[in-house]
Amino acid sequence: MKLTLKIWRQAGPDAKGAMVDYPIDGISEDMSFLEMLDVLNDQLIREGQEPVAFDHDCREGICGMCSLYINGRPHGPGRHITTCQLHMRRFKDGETIYVEPWRAKAFPIVKDLVVDRSAFDRIQAAGGFISVNTGGNLVDANSIPVPKAAADKAFDAATCIGCGACVAACPNSSAMLFVSAKVSQYALLPQGRAEARTRALNMVEQMDAEGFGTCTNIGACHIECPKDISLENIARLNREYLAAEICREDEGTEKDSTY
Amino acid sequence: MAQKGLFRSSLMRQYWMAGTGLFLIMFLVVHATINAMIFRNDGGVVFNKWAVFMGTNFFIRAMEIVLFIGFIIHIADGIMLKRHNVAARPVKYAYSKPNANSKWYSRSMAILGILILLFLIVHLNDFWIKTRHIVGNIDSYGVDAQGRENLFARMQDVFSNPVVVVVYVLGCFALFWHLLHGFRSAFQHLGLNNIRYNRLISACGVVFSIVVPTLFAAMPVGMFLGWVK
Repeated sequence: MKLTLKIWRQAGPDAKGAMVDYPIDGISEDMSFLEMLDVLNDQLIREGQEPVAFDHDCREGICGMCSLYINGRPHGPGRHITTCQLHMRRFKDGETIYVEPWRAKAFPIVKDLVVDRSAFDRIQAAGGFISVNTGGNLVDANSIPVPKAAADKAFDAATCIGCGACVAACPNSSAMLFVSAKVSQYALLPQGRAEARTRALNMVEQMDAEGFGTCTNIGACHIECPKDISLENIARLNREYLAAEICREDEGTEKDSTY
Repeated sequence: MAQKGLFRSSLMRQYWMAGTGLFLIMFLVVHATINAMIFRNDGGVVFNKWAVFMGTNFFIRAMEIVLFIGFIIHIADGIMLKRHNVAARPVKYAYSKPNANSKWYSRSMAILGILILLFLIVHLNDFWIKTRHIVGNIDSYGVDAQGRENLFARMQDVFSNPVVVVVYVLGCFALFWHLLHGFRSAFQHLGLNNIRYNRLISACGVVFSIVVPTLFAAMPVGMFLGWVK
């Protein structure tokens, strides 16, 4: 295959970036998108040019490291895949392909196509721990009953790999799908129920502090999510947060009052 | 971002958006129902009776103030959210295919809202400021068959101008798309999402978005074409 790549090049976080054209030839349809970029970088290095920086790790579609806004969509065309699982057979010979980094204030560019997604880590850290014993006094897992439906939904939410495609797809750069998945995976289970409300409050506070946009229920996040995280999770976060705000239990106990 | 106050977080702002949105939807039901009385083709007798009640009843006049507050919160909150969300993506994509993953009207709530606001200014100027005796009045239209202030005649006069009719119909289209996203979205914002009821909420939203703007659009069109007498 012969292709024209239009790739965002930016030398560093504060450098001015621009789209640069790279013609490339001899690409096999069976290559993944990242392998195609490997071929390009090999070519650039041989020519004495700076290779294109991009994130990748497992290349098995499970780590969430690869990103890239390809031809106007996060992880390129198709649903339920990461960029490493996107193959060149999806493109036509002679096609022009736009490759851009995730665009969000909360995801600053490190270099070229690499963005800093540590905002997600800080949101998760703000969620805190769950109160289960992990020391020597372990009890049998089945001693805490969990309804099958709740377990399934929690598991579905927990499949979020934190890739950031939801933020990249959202016209508002909102992280609500990610945050709601992280809130849901605990809120649905009895082990995570104890801190469910404070977790929702704290994670939303951190989400706002990171500079993500707000959810306006456009739904692009779900369509572009490689793990098919449901919008139902966002409604669950909305419920948890509303309940937490209306029925705040962390502002003390009423005392010395009579009726 | 302030951590105090009724708009302290992104989610609090969304609840206000949804809450005021549903409140305004209820207003639309009242407004459309009363105005639909013109379709009785009785020379506006029943319509004028209701119109006079709405303009003079103490409780309704008090609710009118609440309604304005509802509009102001909905608009101000919308501006806050839009500004925040535009700032959340300082550098835009060079090439984007938004239609691959979402509906254009879902992404265009702000612009549709602005169009509705522009329409509202025209609309209030045509009727409300006159019937409430703020600027001018409609005394020149005389009284109807039962001796009441003749808002019906004022409507017939306003809607005799084809330009006005087109503006009103365009306003109804903006309302249609705004509701098509807004109705269902309000439920999601308030956490009211359940697989048993989602299709029902969706269906109600689509039906409401079609019925109400169609009813409203039929008023200027019907009067202009002489169907409503």
